[in-house]
Amino acid sequence: MTTVAQPRIDHVDTAQDQIVVFDHVSIGFDGKPVLDDISFRVHRGENRIIIGPAGVGKSVLLKLTNGLLKPDAGTISLFGHNLGEMKQRDLFTLRGDVGTVFQEGALFDSLTVRDNVGFRLAEEHVPDDEIDRRVTEALRFVELEHTLYQFPSELSGGMRRRVAIARAIVTNPKLLLYDSPTGGLDPITSTTIVELIIKQRDASHTTSLLVTHRLQDAFMLATHRYSHDCKCIEPLPEGETDPNTTFLVLNDGHIVFDGNTHDLVHSDDPFIRQYLQ
Amino acid sequence: MPLATLDTAAKRWVLSVQDYALLTGRALVNLFRRPFYWSDIVLQADSIGIGSLPIVILTGFFTGGVLALNSASTLAQFGATAVTGQLVSLAMIKELGPVLTSLMVSGRNASGMASELGSMMVTEQIDAMRALGTDPLKKLVMPRIVSTVVMLFFLTIVSDAVGILGGAFVSSVMLGQNSSQYFHTAYQSLVYSDVLEGLMKPIAFGFIISTIGCYFGMSTRGGTQGVGRSTTQAVVVASIIIIATDFFITQIFITVFGR
Ligand SMILES: Nc1ncnc2c1ncn2[C@@H]1O[C@H](COP(=O)(O)OP(=O)(O)OP(=O)(O)O)[C@@H](O)[C@H]1O
Ligand SMILES: [Mg+2]
Repeated sequence: MTTVAQPRIDHVDTAQDQIVVFDHVSIGFDGKPVLDDISFRVHRGENRIIIGPAGVGKSVLLKLTNGLLKPDAGTISLFGHNLGEMKQRDLFTLRGDVGTVFQEGALFDSLTVRDNVGFRLAEEHVPDDEIDRRVTEALRFVELEHTLYQFPSELSGGMRRRVAIARAIVTNPKLLLYDSPTGGLDPITSTTIVELIIKQRDASHTTSLLVTHRLQDAFMLATHRYSHDCKCIEPLPEGETDPNTTFLVLNDGHIVFDGNTHDLVHSDDPFIRQYLQ
Repeated sequence: MPLATLDTAAKRWVLSVQDYALLTGRALVNLFRRPFYWSDIVLQADSIGIGSLPIVILTGFFTGGVLALNSASTLAQFGATAVTGQLVSLAMIKELGPVLTSLMVSGRNASGMASELGSMMVTEQIDAMRALGTDPLKKLVMPRIVSTVVMLFFLTIVSDAVGILGGAFVSSVMLGQNSSQYFHTAYQSLVYSDVLEGLMKPIAFGFIISTIGCYFGMSTRGGTQGVGRSTTQAVVVASIIIIATDFFITQIFITVFGR
């Protein structure tokens, strides 16, 4: 595999262009360090895949990104705003531009699928018929428009995950955070979900952070694209990888790799070699 | 070693009081901020107020009745059965109406709030709400506080009224006393401060029930078991604080109004 045939989006390092910036971030719980001195940045249009062993702090990293957790040390900036210096109220406003898919979906179990997906729209006092229209559109995207009036408990695990994706993308956020969107699903359902994520990525070029346990998902994201001609997911030509897909590998609280697909597969770091095997 | 555990226990206690104060403060600040969640308040008011009405009516009626039974048998020894109405109405309005209603509502709603918010907490729904840009203190906690305070106020009035009626029923139908005399003494004996005391208490108790219920819900850790723990703790703590607060409010009224 060699990288890049298409021109890569050129990163002029302006603050405008940096969607997420972690600067020497550390966090621990009950005196036990989880993430230690983490620094990385995500540029506009970049799709960052985060991999690492279970319990390393991948979910914590995503929650830090949208300010649900506060770091013990270091600074985190989102869209150029330093989260540590923001008021609670402004944080809630800022999160309006971030779509989050939680590890377990975290759908509101006492609301119907329609009210789950339309939650943010209802909070913004969008008129009811427009909510209906946009919710149906988002559900059609994840191929679940028939579930509008069902409750989350009446759906299968894979369907719930797709509803969670619909809820995250319904407002066209500028940043998407996916926490293990395929975790705990069978391979076929996982593939469906990954295809959805690729379709979303190539249709709206949203910047994203995606946590996954499954390396095959990560490589599928790096080597496939959505084709408007056949309206399907197709592999990139042999040897090419998606230029905007980059990786962050965590181990033991530290970043052990930060770079593109090519460098990842050619890395000679013993941990990464073992992990990729 | 015991000293060290005492130390951490004290620290943890101070921390939870601080968290409780923070949660309450933030939720109250939201009273004055847009958007105002009218529909959530109405929804909660319906479940707390209308939902609790049957149990409040039943407890009120039987409490008034048992007060009349007890006081009539004691008063008969002094030939003073005529003041049964006074005893029942004073006891109902100043103490038993507010306290018993609050304890019933606490058992029903402090637990309900703790378990509902607790399950949302352990399934990350609270985090999801925050991630969607909505402050759960505004959307979930504030409406519960407002509607509990308002509804408990009216529930207490209902309970007082039904209790006095229950006393009237017992004293006139079962004990054969004169019912117009009962109502006359019941009404005559009341002064302004009694009514004020009886209406202040449910406001304080409603606040205690809702904030304690929400606090235990929002601080739930550790899965389904944690939800169960929060629920029990919420009811126990709310009940104890209600009874203790009742003592202090009564003491203050005695100091200020002399009765
Ligand atoms: N709210 C919390 N309180 C205490 N400890 C926490 C909390 N959240 C996470 N942790 C701890 O932080 C560590 C990292 O957790 P995290 O959920 O981020 O792991 P992860 O990398 O997402 O794992 P997985 O791949 O299994 O999802 C774990 O050891 C966990 O116990
Ligand atoms: Mg995780």
